[in-house]
Amino acid sequence: MAEAIAFYTLAVLILGLGVAVVTTPKTVHSVLFLVLNFLCVAILYVVLRAEFLAVIQVLVYAGGIVVLYLFVVMLVNLKRAPEAHEDPRRLARLGLGLSGAVLLELAGIVVYSYGRAAPSSAPAAPVEGIVGNTEELGWLLYTDYLIPFEVASVLLLVAMVGAIVLARRES
Amino acid sequence: MLDTIVIPLLKILVLLNAVLVAVTFMTLLERKVIAWAQSRLGPMRVGPYGVLQAIADPIKLILKEDITPARADRMLFTLAPILSLVPALVVFSVVPFGGDELFYVTDINVGLLFIISVTSIGVYGIILAGWASNSKYPLLASLRASAQLISYEIAVTMTLVSVILTAGTLSMVGIVEAQQESGLWFGFVQPVAFVLVLIGGLAETNRAPFDLPEAEQELTGGFHTEYSGMRFALFFLAEYANMIVITAVVTILFWGGWLRPFPNVEALAFLDLVPGWIWFFGKMFVFLYLFIWIRATLPRYRYDQLMRLGWKVLIPIAIANIVVTGVFKVLL
Repeated sequence: MAEAIAFYTLAVLILGLGVAVVTTPKTVHSVLFLVLNFLCVAILYVVLRAEFLAVIQVLVYAGGIVVLYLFVVMLVNLKRAPEAHEDPRRLARLGLGLSGAVLLELAGIVVYSYGRAAPSSAPAAPVEGIVGNTEELGWLLYTDYLIPFEVASVLLLVAMVGAIVLARRES
Repeated sequence: MLDTIVIPLLKILVLLNAVLVAVTFMTLLERKVIAWAQSRLGPMRVGPYGVLQAIADPIKLILKEDITPARADRMLFTLAPILSLVPALVVFSVVPFGGDELFYVTDINVGLLFIISVTSIGVYGIILAGWASNSKYPLLASLRASAQLISYEIAVTMTLVSVILTAGTLSMVGIVEAQQESGLWFGFVQPVAFVLVLIGGLAETNRAPFDLPEAEQELTGGFHTEYSGMRFALFFLAEYANMIVITAVVTILFWGGWLRPFPNVEALAFLDLVPGWIWFFGKMFVFLYLFIWIRATLPRYRYDQLMRLGWKVLIPIAIANIVVTGVFKVLL
Protein backbone atom coordinates (compact mmCIF):
# COMPACT_ATOMS: atom_id res chain seq x y z
CA MET A 1 0.00 0.00 0.00
CA ALA A 2 2.66 2.49 1.09
CA GLU A 3 4.69 1.46 -1.94
CA ALA A 4 1.76 2.14 -4.26
CA ILE A 5 1.22 5.59 -2.77
CA ALA A 6 4.94 6.36 -3.14
CA PHE A 7 4.93 5.11 -6.73
CA TYR A 8 1.94 7.15 -7.88
CA THR A 9 3.12 10.30 -6.10
CA LEU A 10 6.52 9.94 -7.76
CA ALA A 11 4.97 9.15 -11.12
CA VAL A 12 2.89 12.33 -11.02
CA LEU A 13 5.96 14.34 -9.92
CA ILE A 14 8.18 12.87 -12.63
CA LEU A 15 5.66 13.54 -15.39
CA GLY A 16 4.84 16.99 -14.06
CA LEU A 17 8.52 17.94 -13.89
CA GLY A 18 9.00 16.56 -17.40
CA VAL A 19 6.27 18.88 -18.65
CA ALA A 20 7.85 21.75 -16.71
CA VAL A 21 11.20 21.08 -18.44
CA VAL A 22 9.77 21.64 -21.92
CA THR A 23 7.36 24.47 -21.11
CA THR A 24 9.57 26.74 -18.94
CA PRO A 25 10.74 29.74 -21.00
CA LYS A 26 14.00 30.31 -19.06
CA THR A 27 16.54 27.68 -20.08
CA VAL A 28 18.38 27.61 -16.74
CA HIS A 29 15.12 26.97 -14.88
CA SER A 30 14.25 24.27 -17.37
CA VAL A 31 17.57 22.51 -16.73
CA LEU A 32 16.92 22.69 -12.98
CA PHE A 33 13.53 21.04 -13.43
CA LEU A 34 15.41 18.29 -15.26
CA VAL A 35 17.64 17.81 -12.18
CA LEU A 36 14.56 17.50 -9.95
CA ASN A 37 13.13 15.02 -12.43
CA PHE A 38 16.29 12.87 -12.24
CA LEU A 39 16.25 13.04 -8.43
CA CYS A 40 12.63 11.82 -8.37
CA VAL A 41 13.61 8.90 -10.62
CA ALA A 42 16.40 8.13 -8.12
CA ILE A 43 13.83 8.02 -5.30
CA LEU A 44 11.75 5.68 -7.45
CA TYR A 45 14.77 3.34 -7.63
CA VAL A 46 15.07 3.47 -3.82
CA VAL A 47 11.39 2.51 -3.52
CA LEU A 48 12.17 -0.46 -5.80
CA ARG A 49 15.10 -1.37 -3.48
CA ALA A 50 17.73 -0.70 -6.13
CA GLU A 51 19.92 1.54 -3.95
CA PHE A 52 23.01 1.15 -6.13
CA LEU A 53 21.12 2.29 -9.22
CA ALA A 54 19.62 5.20 -7.28
CA VAL A 55 23.02 6.44 -6.12
CA ILE A 56 24.50 6.05 -9.60
CA GLN A 57 21.51 7.92 -11.07
CA VAL A 58 22.25 10.88 -8.76
CA LEU A 59 26.00 10.72 -9.36
CA VAL A 60 25.96 10.40 -13.16
CA TYR A 61 22.86 12.29 -14.22
CA ALA A 62 22.10 14.86 -11.52
CA GLY A 63 25.68 15.43 -10.42
CA GLY A 64 27.53 15.05 -13.72
CA ILE A 65 25.65 15.34 -16.98
CA VAL A 66 23.20 18.08 -16.00
CA VAL A 67 26.03 20.14 -14.51
CA LEU A 68 27.58 20.12 -17.99
CA TYR A 69 24.21 21.13 -19.52
CA LEU A 70 24.05 24.03 -17.09
CA PHE A 71 27.62 24.94 -17.96
CA VAL A 72 26.80 25.14 -21.66
CA VAL A 73 23.53 26.99 -21.09
CA MET A 74 25.34 29.59 -18.99
CA LEU A 75 28.15 30.01 -21.55
CA VAL A 76 25.77 30.39 -24.47
CA ASN A 77 23.53 33.33 -23.75
CA LEU A 78 20.00 32.10 -24.41
CA LYS A 79 18.18 35.10 -23.03
CA ARG A 80 17.17 36.51 -26.42
CA ALA A 81 13.63 35.91 -27.60
CA PRO A 82 13.15 33.18 -30.25
CA GLU A 83 13.24 34.60 -33.76
CA ALA A 84 10.28 34.51 -36.12
CA HIS A 85 11.43 31.51 -38.16
CA GLU A 86 12.07 29.56 -34.96
CA ASP A 87 8.45 28.64 -34.38
CA PRO A 88 8.60 26.38 -31.32
CA ARG A 89 5.80 24.24 -32.79
CA ARG A 90 7.44 23.64 -36.18
CA LEU A 91 8.39 20.08 -35.24
CA ALA A 92 5.09 19.32 -33.50
CA ARG A 93 4.07 16.64 -36.03
CA LEU A 94 7.37 14.79 -35.80
CA GLY A 95 7.19 14.94 -31.99
CA LEU A 96 3.65 13.64 -31.94
CA GLY A 97 4.59 10.82 -34.31
CA LEU A 98 7.59 9.76 -32.22
CA SER A 99 5.62 9.91 -28.94
CA GLY A 100 2.89 7.84 -30.58
CA ALA A 101 5.44 5.23 -31.66
CA VAL A 102 6.87 4.97 -28.13
CA LEU A 103 3.36 4.69 -26.66
CA LEU A 104 2.51 1.94 -29.15
CA GLU A 105 5.67 0.07 -28.22
CA LEU A 106 4.85 0.32 -24.52
CA ALA A 107 1.31 -0.86 -25.17
CA GLY A 108 2.73 -3.76 -27.17
CA ILE A 109 4.96 -4.78 -24.26
CA VAL A 110 2.01 -4.62 -21.83
CA VAL A 111 -0.17 -6.75 -24.14
CA TYR A 112 2.67 -9.22 -24.75
CA SER A 113 3.53 -9.69 -21.10
CA TYR A 114 -0.07 -9.75 -19.88
CA GLY A 115 -0.90 -13.14 -18.44
CA ARG A 116 2.67 -14.40 -18.61
CA ALA A 117 4.32 -15.19 -15.30
CA ALA A 118 6.40 -12.22 -14.15
CA PRO A 119 9.98 -13.05 -13.21
CA SER A 120 10.26 -13.13 -9.43
CA SER A 121 11.21 -9.66 -8.26
CA ALA A 122 14.25 -10.85 -6.31
CA PRO A 123 16.07 -13.49 -8.35
CA ALA A 124 18.14 -15.90 -6.31
CA ALA A 125 21.76 -14.87 -6.02
CA PRO A 126 23.71 -16.55 -8.83
CA VAL A 127 26.54 -17.49 -6.49
CA GLU A 128 26.51 -18.41 -2.82
CA GLY A 129 27.35 -15.55 -0.52
CA ILE A 130 26.28 -12.68 -2.73
CA VAL A 131 24.13 -10.22 -0.80
CA GLY A 132 22.89 -6.81 -1.83
CA ASN A 133 22.22 -5.61 -5.34
CA THR A 134 25.62 -4.01 -5.90
CA GLU A 135 27.34 -7.40 -6.03
CA GLU A 136 24.45 -8.92 -7.94
CA LEU A 137 24.55 -6.18 -10.56
CA GLY A 138 28.31 -6.56 -10.95
CA TRP A 139 27.97 -10.31 -11.29
CA LEU A 140 25.25 -10.05 -13.96
CA LEU A 141 27.14 -7.36 -15.89
CA TYR A 142 30.26 -9.52 -16.16
CA THR A 143 28.50 -12.81 -16.95
CA ASP A 144 25.10 -12.74 -18.67
CA TYR A 145 25.37 -9.20 -20.03
CA LEU A 146 29.09 -9.12 -20.79
CA ILE A 147 28.75 -8.44 -24.53
CA PRO A 148 26.24 -5.55 -24.27
CA PHE A 149 28.37 -4.12 -21.48
CA GLU A 150 31.56 -4.25 -23.55
CA VAL A 151 29.78 -2.86 -26.62
CA ALA A 152 28.49 0.06 -24.57
CA SER A 153 31.97 0.80 -23.23
CA VAL A 154 33.49 0.71 -26.73
CA LEU A 155 30.73 3.05 -27.90
CA LEU A 156 31.58 5.51 -25.11
CA LEU A 157 35.28 5.26 -25.96
CA VAL A 158 34.53 6.01 -29.62
CA ALA A 159 32.45 9.03 -28.58
CA MET A 160 35.30 10.27 -26.40
CA VAL A 161 37.90 9.88 -29.16
CA GLY A 162 35.49 11.60 -31.56
CA ALA A 163 35.07 14.56 -29.23
CA ILE A 164 38.84 14.94 -28.90
CA VAL A 165 39.31 14.77 -32.69
CA LEU A 166 36.64 17.45 -33.22
CA ALA A 167 38.16 19.69 -30.57
CA ARG A 168 41.70 19.41 -31.98
CA ARG A 169 40.79 19.95 -35.64
CA GLU A 170 41.87 23.61 -35.79
CA SER A 171 45.57 23.20 -34.98
CA MET B 1 8.98 3.76 17.20
CA LEU B 2 11.79 4.59 19.61
CA ASP B 3 14.41 2.75 17.58
CA THR B 4 13.27 3.83 14.15
CA ILE B 5 12.32 7.47 14.70
CA VAL B 6 13.26 9.03 18.04
CA ILE B 7 16.84 7.82 18.40
CA PRO B 8 17.91 8.56 14.79
CA LEU B 9 16.33 12.02 15.06
CA LEU B 10 18.23 12.70 18.28
CA LYS B 11 21.46 11.52 16.66
CA ILE B 12 20.84 13.81 13.66
CA LEU B 13 20.15 16.73 16.01
CA VAL B 14 23.36 16.17 17.96
CA LEU B 15 25.37 15.64 14.77
CA LEU B 16 24.10 18.78 13.02
CA ASN B 17 24.84 20.95 16.03
CA ALA B 18 28.25 19.36 16.51
CA VAL B 19 29.16 20.01 12.86
CA LEU B 20 28.00 23.63 12.97
CA VAL B 21 29.86 24.32 16.22
CA ALA B 22 32.94 22.59 14.84
CA VAL B 23 32.75 24.82 11.76
CA THR B 24 32.62 28.04 13.79
CA PHE B 25 35.69 27.03 15.75
CA MET B 26 37.42 25.86 12.55
CA THR B 27 37.24 29.45 11.27
CA LEU B 28 38.94 30.63 14.46
CA LEU B 29 41.58 27.91 14.21
CA GLU B 30 42.24 28.85 10.61
CA ARG B 31 42.69 32.54 11.42
CA LYS B 32 44.96 31.71 14.35
CA VAL B 33 47.15 29.22 12.48
CA ILE B 34 47.55 31.47 9.44
CA ALA B 35 48.35 34.37 11.74
CA TRP B 36 51.03 32.34 13.52
CA ALA B 37 52.46 31.23 10.18
CA GLN B 38 52.81 34.93 9.29
CA SER B 39 54.21 35.98 12.70
CA ARG B 40 50.99 37.71 13.73
CA LEU B 41 48.77 37.11 16.75
CA GLY B 42 45.44 36.73 14.97
CA PRO B 43 42.18 37.63 16.75
CA MET B 44 42.99 38.60 20.35
CA ARG B 45 40.26 41.03 21.45
CA VAL B 46 37.13 38.90 22.00
CA GLY B 47 37.61 36.67 25.03
CA PRO B 48 40.93 35.18 26.20
CA TYR B 49 43.28 34.81 23.19
CA GLY B 50 40.32 35.66 20.96
CA VAL B 51 38.52 32.39 21.61
CA LEU B 52 35.09 34.01 21.59
CA GLN B 53 35.74 35.43 18.11
CA ALA B 54 34.13 32.20 16.89
CA ILE B 55 30.88 33.27 18.58
CA ALA B 56 31.14 36.94 17.63
CA ASP B 57 31.52 36.28 13.89
CA PRO B 58 28.26 34.35 13.42
CA ILE B 59 26.36 36.97 15.48
CA LYS B 60 27.78 39.70 13.27
CA LEU B 61 26.80 37.81 10.11
CA ILE B 62 23.24 37.22 11.34
CA LEU B 63 22.77 40.88 12.22
CA LYS B 64 24.08 42.23 8.91
CA GLU B 65 21.71 43.52 6.27
CA ASP B 66 20.62 40.90 3.76
CA ILE B 67 20.86 42.37 0.26
CA THR B 68 19.45 40.91 -2.93
CA PRO B 69 20.69 42.61 -6.12
CA ALA B 70 17.86 44.30 -8.04
CA ARG B 71 18.34 42.30 -11.25
CA ALA B 72 19.05 38.95 -9.61
CA ASP B 73 16.92 35.87 -10.16
CA ARG B 74 15.30 36.03 -6.71
CA MET B 75 14.23 32.42 -6.35
CA LEU B 76 17.56 30.91 -7.41
CA PHE B 77 19.49 33.56 -5.49
CA THR B 78 17.79 32.32 -2.30
CA LEU B 79 18.04 28.68 -3.26
CA ALA B 80 21.77 28.65 -4.08
CA PRO B 81 23.25 28.96 -0.54
CA ILE B 82 20.78 26.35 0.75
CA LEU B 83 21.72 24.00 -2.10
CA SER B 84 25.39 24.25 -1.24
CA LEU B 85 24.98 23.72 2.51
CA VAL B 86 22.39 20.92 2.64
CA PRO B 87 24.39 18.25 0.72
CA ALA B 88 27.43 18.98 2.90
CA LEU B 89 25.35 18.24 6.01
CA VAL B 90 23.44 15.25 4.57
CA VAL B 91 26.71 13.42 3.95
CA PHE B 92 27.38 13.16 7.69
CA SER B 93 24.48 10.71 8.03
CA VAL B 94 26.68 7.86 6.74
CA VAL B 95 29.96 8.86 8.40
CA PRO B 96 30.75 6.47 11.28
CA PHE B 97 32.60 8.24 14.10
CA GLY B 98 33.04 4.99 16.04
CA GLY B 99 32.52 1.26 15.71
CA ASP B 100 29.49 1.19 17.97
CA GLU B 101 26.07 1.80 16.45
CA LEU B 102 25.75 4.81 18.75
CA PHE B 103 28.34 6.71 16.70
CA TYR B 104 26.66 6.73 13.29
CA VAL B 105 23.19 7.62 12.07
CA THR B 106 23.01 4.84 9.51
CA ASP B 107 25.27 2.44 7.64
CA ILE B 108 24.03 1.78 4.11
CA ASN B 109 25.72 -0.73 1.85
CA VAL B 110 26.51 1.92 -0.78
CA GLY B 111 27.82 4.42 1.80
CA LEU B 112 30.89 5.65 -0.07
CA LEU B 113 28.96 6.08 -3.34
CA PHE B 114 26.26 7.93 -1.39
CA ILE B 115 28.88 10.40 -0.15
CA ILE B 116 30.32 10.91 -3.64
CA SER B 117 26.93 11.44 -5.26
CA VAL B 118 25.50 13.75 -2.59
CA THR B 119 28.58 15.95 -2.59
CA SER B 120 28.32 16.17 -6.39
CA ILE B 121 24.93 17.88 -5.90
CA GLY B 122 26.67 20.67 -3.98
CA VAL B 123 28.07 22.03 -7.26
CA TYR B 124 24.64 23.43 -8.09
CA GLY B 125 24.84 25.84 -5.17
CA ILE B 126 28.01 27.37 -6.59
CA ILE B 127 26.89 27.47 -10.23
CA LEU B 128 23.49 28.94 -9.40
CA ALA B 129 24.93 31.50 -6.99
CA GLY B 130 27.06 32.88 -9.82
CA TRP B 131 24.31 32.81 -12.40
CA ALA B 132 21.48 34.13 -10.21
CA SER B 133 23.55 37.12 -9.05
CA ASN B 134 23.36 38.46 -12.62
CA SER B 135 26.80 39.97 -12.28
CA LYS B 136 29.88 39.21 -14.33
CA TYR B 137 32.52 38.38 -11.69
CA PRO B 138 30.37 35.85 -9.83
CA LEU B 139 29.42 34.26 -13.16
CA LEU B 140 33.08 33.87 -14.18
CA ALA B 141 33.92 32.51 -10.75
CA SER B 142 31.12 29.98 -10.79
CA LEU B 143 32.12 28.78 -14.28
CA ARG B 144 35.65 28.26 -13.00
CA ALA B 145 34.35 26.53 -9.90
CA SER B 146 32.13 24.11 -11.76
CA ALA B 147 34.85 23.21 -14.28
CA GLN B 148 37.26 22.61 -11.41
CA LEU B 149 34.79 20.54 -9.40
CA ILE B 150 33.85 18.31 -12.33
CA SER B 151 37.49 17.70 -13.28
CA TYR B 152 38.63 16.79 -9.79
CA GLU B 153 35.50 14.82 -9.01
CA ILE B 154 36.42 12.45 -11.84
CA ALA B 155 39.96 12.06 -10.49
CA VAL B 156 38.79 11.45 -6.91
CA THR B 157 36.06 8.99 -7.89
CA MET B 158 38.50 7.02 -10.06
CA THR B 159 40.96 6.92 -7.17
CA LEU B 160 38.31 5.68 -4.78
CA VAL B 161 37.71 2.70 -7.09
CA SER B 162 41.11 1.29 -6.12
CA VAL B 163 40.28 1.74 -2.41
CA ILE B 164 36.94 -0.03 -2.93
CA LEU B 165 38.84 -2.85 -4.68
CA THR B 166 41.14 -3.17 -1.68
CA ALA B 167 38.33 -3.08 0.88
CA GLY B 168 35.83 -5.18 -1.10
CA THR B 169 32.89 -3.15 0.20
CA LEU B 170 31.23 0.24 -0.21
CA SER B 171 29.94 0.48 3.36
CA MET B 172 31.84 3.02 5.47
CA VAL B 173 31.71 0.77 8.53
CA GLY B 174 32.71 -2.19 6.35
CA ILE B 175 35.78 -0.36 5.02
CA VAL B 176 37.08 0.26 8.55
CA GLU B 177 36.33 -3.34 9.53
CA ALA B 178 38.28 -4.52 6.48
CA GLN B 179 41.27 -2.55 7.76
CA GLN B 180 40.88 -4.20 11.16
CA GLU B 181 40.90 -7.61 9.53
CA SER B 182 43.95 -6.96 7.38
CA GLY B 183 45.66 -5.37 10.40
CA LEU B 184 46.95 -2.53 8.24
CA TRP B 185 45.52 0.91 7.59
CA PHE B 186 44.85 1.33 3.87
CA GLY B 187 47.04 4.42 3.88
CA PHE B 188 50.00 2.03 3.88
CA VAL B 189 48.44 -0.23 1.23
CA GLN B 190 47.29 2.61 -1.04
CA PRO B 191 49.66 5.54 -0.45
CA VAL B 192 49.22 6.85 -4.00
CA ALA B 193 45.43 6.85 -3.65
CA PHE B 194 45.74 8.71 -0.34
CA VAL B 195 47.77 11.52 -1.88
CA LEU B 196 45.40 11.74 -4.86
CA VAL B 197 42.30 11.94 -2.64
CA LEU B 198 43.96 14.58 -0.47
CA ILE B 199 44.83 16.74 -3.49
CA GLY B 200 41.41 16.17 -5.02
CA GLY B 201 39.79 16.99 -1.69
CA LEU B 202 41.61 20.32 -1.52
CA ALA B 203 40.42 21.10 -5.03
CA GLU B 204 36.84 20.04 -4.41
CA THR B 205 36.53 22.21 -1.33
CA ASN B 206 38.02 25.17 -3.26
CA ARG B 207 40.85 25.45 -0.77
CA ALA B 208 44.28 26.90 -1.46
CA PRO B 209 46.24 26.18 -3.64
CA PHE B 210 43.10 25.48 -5.70
CA ASP B 211 41.02 28.46 -4.54
CA LEU B 212 40.68 29.99 -8.00
CA PRO B 213 36.90 30.38 -7.70
CA GLU B 214 37.54 32.81 -4.87
CA ALA B 215 40.61 34.55 -6.28
CA GLU B 216 40.26 37.96 -4.67
CA GLN B 217 42.65 39.76 -6.98
CA GLU B 218 40.84 38.78 -10.18
CA LEU B 219 37.28 38.08 -9.16
CA THR B 220 36.64 40.42 -6.21
CA GLY B 221 35.72 37.51 -3.97
CA GLY B 222 34.27 34.89 -6.25
CA PHE B 223 30.84 33.39 -6.77
CA HIS B 224 29.50 34.82 -3.50
CA THR B 225 30.48 38.44 -4.23
CA GLU B 226 26.85 39.61 -4.28
CA TYR B 227 25.91 37.77 -1.09
CA SER B 228 25.82 39.33 2.35
CA GLY B 229 24.77 38.52 5.88
CA MET B 230 23.46 35.07 6.69
CA ARG B 231 23.30 33.90 3.07
CA PHE B 232 27.01 34.53 2.73
CA ALA B 233 27.49 32.69 6.02
CA LEU B 234 25.74 29.63 4.55
CA PHE B 235 28.38 29.40 1.79
CA PHE B 236 31.05 29.72 4.43
CA LEU B 237 29.46 26.97 6.51
CA ALA B 238 29.21 24.76 3.42
CA GLU B 239 32.90 25.18 2.58
CA TYR B 240 34.03 24.26 6.07
CA ALA B 241 31.50 21.44 6.44
CA ASN B 242 32.85 20.02 3.17
CA MET B 243 36.37 20.25 4.55
CA ILE B 244 35.29 18.25 7.60
CA VAL B 245 33.63 15.69 5.30
CA ILE B 246 36.81 15.28 3.27
CA THR B 247 38.96 14.81 6.37
CA ALA B 248 36.45 12.30 7.78
CA VAL B 249 36.46 10.35 4.51
CA VAL B 250 40.26 10.36 4.36
CA THR B 251 40.40 9.19 7.99
CA ILE B 252 37.97 6.34 7.35
CA LEU B 253 39.38 5.18 4.01
CA PHE B 254 43.09 5.47 4.69
CA TRP B 255 43.81 5.88 8.38
CA GLY B 256 41.59 3.30 10.01
CA GLY B 257 38.71 5.47 11.22
CA TRP B 258 38.22 4.76 14.90
CA LEU B 259 40.92 2.05 15.03
CA ARG B 260 44.03 2.49 17.15
CA PRO B 261 47.45 2.27 15.42
CA PHE B 262 48.38 -1.31 14.51
CA PRO B 263 44.91 -2.70 15.40
CA ASN B 264 46.09 -6.32 15.57
CA VAL B 265 49.33 -5.98 17.53
CA GLU B 266 48.62 -7.34 21.03
CA ALA B 267 51.50 -5.48 22.64
CA LEU B 268 49.78 -2.17 21.89
CA ALA B 269 46.42 -3.23 23.37
CA PHE B 270 46.75 -0.57 26.09
CA LEU B 271 46.02 2.00 23.36
CA ASP B 272 42.44 0.68 23.38
CA LEU B 273 41.96 2.55 26.66
CA VAL B 274 41.51 5.63 24.49
CA PRO B 275 37.97 5.40 23.07
CA GLY B 276 37.62 4.99 19.30
CA TRP B 277 35.92 8.31 18.69
CA ILE B 278 38.88 10.13 20.22
CA TRP B 279 41.22 8.38 17.78
CA PHE B 280 38.82 9.40 15.00
CA PHE B 281 38.65 13.07 15.95
CA GLY B 282 42.40 13.14 16.58
CA LYS B 283 43.10 11.88 13.06
CA MET B 284 40.55 14.29 11.58
CA PHE B 285 42.17 17.18 13.42
CA VAL B 286 45.57 16.33 11.94
CA PHE B 287 44.14 16.60 8.42
CA LEU B 288 42.15 19.75 9.17
CA TYR B 289 45.37 21.30 10.47
CA LEU B 290 47.17 20.11 7.31
CA PHE B 291 44.55 21.85 5.13
CA ILE B 292 45.11 25.14 6.96
CA TRP B 293 48.87 24.67 6.90
CA ILE B 294 48.78 24.17 3.13
CA ARG B 295 46.71 27.34 2.72
CA ALA B 296 49.25 29.32 4.71
CA THR B 297 52.15 27.87 2.71
CA LEU B 298 51.38 27.39 -0.97
CA PRO B 299 50.60 30.03 -3.62
CA ARG B 300 47.58 29.65 -5.87
CA TYR B 301 47.71 27.68 -9.13
CA ARG B 302 47.08 29.34 -12.47
CA TYR B 303 43.91 28.15 -14.21
CA ASP B 304 45.67 26.23 -17.02
CA GLN B 305 48.04 24.62 -14.47
CA LEU B 306 45.03 23.55 -12.44
CA MET B 307 43.36 21.92 -15.43
CA ARG B 308 46.60 20.26 -16.56
CA LEU B 309 47.19 18.84 -13.09
CA GLY B 310 43.66 17.44 -12.92
CA TRP B 311 43.38 15.89 -16.37
CA LYS B 312 46.95 15.06 -17.35
CA VAL B 313 48.44 14.04 -14.01
CA LEU B 314 45.83 12.97 -11.47
CA ILE B 315 43.46 11.02 -13.75
CA PRO B 316 46.21 8.96 -15.48
CA ILE B 317 47.78 8.15 -12.09
CA ALA B 318 44.34 7.16 -10.76
CA ILE B 319 43.78 4.81 -13.72
CA ALA B 320 47.25 3.29 -13.33
CA ASN B 321 46.53 2.82 -9.63
CA ILE B 322 43.32 0.91 -10.43
CA VAL B 323 45.22 -1.38 -12.82
CA VAL B 324 48.02 -2.05 -10.31
CA THR B 325 45.51 -2.69 -7.50
CA GLY B 326 43.53 -5.04 -9.75
CA VAL B 327 46.64 -7.03 -10.71
CA PHE B 328 47.69 -7.39 -7.06
CA LYS B 329 44.15 -8.34 -6.10
CA VAL B 330 44.15 -11.16 -8.67
CA LEU B 331 47.67 -12.39 -7.89
CA LEU B 332 47.44 -12.37 -4.09
